[in-house]
Amino acid sequence: MIELNDIYKSFDDKEVLRGISAQFQPGKINLVIGASGSGKSVLMKCMVGLLTPTDGHIIYDDRDFTALEYKEVRAVRREIGMLFQGGALFDSSTVQENVEFPLKMFTRMSAEERLERVNFCLKCVQLEGVNDKYPAEISGGMKKRVGIARAIALDIKYLFCDEPNSGLDPVTSRVIDGLIREITQEFGITTVINTHDMKTVFDIGDHIIFIHNGEKWWEGATQDIKSSDNKEFKEFINASYFA
Amino acid sequence: MLLFYHFGRYILFLSHMFSRPERLTVYLGRTMLEMKNIGIGSLPIVAIIAIFQGAVTTLQIAYQLISPLVANPVIGSIVSDSSMLELAPTITCLVLAGNVGSHIASEIGTMRVGEQIDALEIMGINSAGFIALPKILAGIIMIPLLIIISIFLSNIGGIIAGNASGILTPDEYIQGARESFLVFNLIFSLIKAFTYAFIITSVSCYQGYYTQGGALEVGSSSTKAVVTSAVLILFSDYLLTQLLL
Repeated sequence: MIELNDIYKSFDDKEVLRGISAQFQPGKINLVIGASGSGKSVLMKCMVGLLTPTDGHIIYDDRDFTALEYKEVRAVRREIGMLFQGGALFDSSTVQENVEFPLKMFTRMSAEERLERVNFCLKCVQLEGVNDKYPAEISGGMKKRVGIARAIALDIKYLFCDEPNSGLDPVTSRVIDGLIREITQEFGITTVINTHDMKTVFDIGDHIIFIHNGEKWWEGATQDIKSSDNKEFKEFINASYFA
Repeated sequence: MLLFYHFGRYILFLSHMFSRPERLTVYLGRTMLEMKNIGIGSLPIVAIIAIFQGAVTTLQIAYQLISPLVANPVIGSIVSDSSMLELAPTITCLVLAGNVGSHIASEIGTMRVGEQIDALEIMGINSAGFIALPKILAGIIMIPLLIIISIFLSNIGGIIAGNASGILTPDEYIQGARESFLVFNLIFSLIKAFTYAFIITSVSCYQGYYTQGGALEVGSSSTKAVVTSAVLILFSDYLLTQLLL
């Protein structure tokens, strides 16, 4: 489980996050939604340790991430997988080398075992026979799938996805959503997704947090969205849904 | 103030980079690859510059010293000493700052804007060490070797030019070079080479690592890496010459 306790983040005088608290349960897909500039990406960067919150605590299964030493932070990060908007694959490495990378760095697996694991992860994301391709030779949707495969190569406990459907066609978006759902349930991991895509929210979301101007304005289950009486949240949902 | 800010951040970057590597074999593999890129990749340009540098220096020295009172081997001794003490390390490294430095800064800058460095950090990898350390080690190993090759080829260029223009024979050139050869000059040249290699690779890694923005800023980081490296090379050239000669 991931717990956010009263997270604040400022850049110089500008306060981007203001007192955000939430809990993200394992085996669930937790969605952070909000307009551009609302602070979603900053919140995610704080959660994975790329930014340090100005105040507040981020707790990964009773470990206070914000109070850990750098070495301990790195140990927690090895339990984290992240899917970036652009995939963030290493350009000079093949698909196989990209997925194999965390295994090479953090396990003592033999080359055969690593290849077996790589092929398993690529099969999980429905990508087979592309081991020798370079990122420049595959499509945007395939890059995202390789990104997911790399994220799950180690036995991760937490998966973060930053706008996993941005720049993808609707069919590929649904494939990515389906993969995230399957992986979350199969491995029992805690998944947190930043998204604008309301189809994703209704298709795979279990728990939703709506951020507006750096504050949490609404939180609840997907089925409660339509019964919400929060004006800004309803406006965002309607505008996004009919966009 | 900005100078102190960058200096402080550069020192922190270096201290962060030298923390214990996660998997030594992976680092060794990457260092070998970088050695190939820096060493073999730069060899042609280093060779061309060295040969022409030696040839032109020979012709210019001969033009300035042409006199019945100056023996021909003196030309060889001046060219070989100049090549070893100044021309080969400094000129070659200024060119390498443009060639290797800009390549390193743009490669790391592209990794930064493409979120690849963030991906490394999230995996729990010391990104500064993983990216920069193999490049710096490779530079420190390969650039002095390139300088030694450059000194050798510079003398070859001098011999060819001297012989082709009828100024001095190869024997006279070699005689002059041998008579004035001092082991300390070679050591001094290598001290310069190690210093410049560290400057080129570390400054370029630093500029690339802290790139912010997009493609335009990657280009800007690359330019900053070349300019800063060149200025620091010239400054350290003066400092080392003052201290050691």
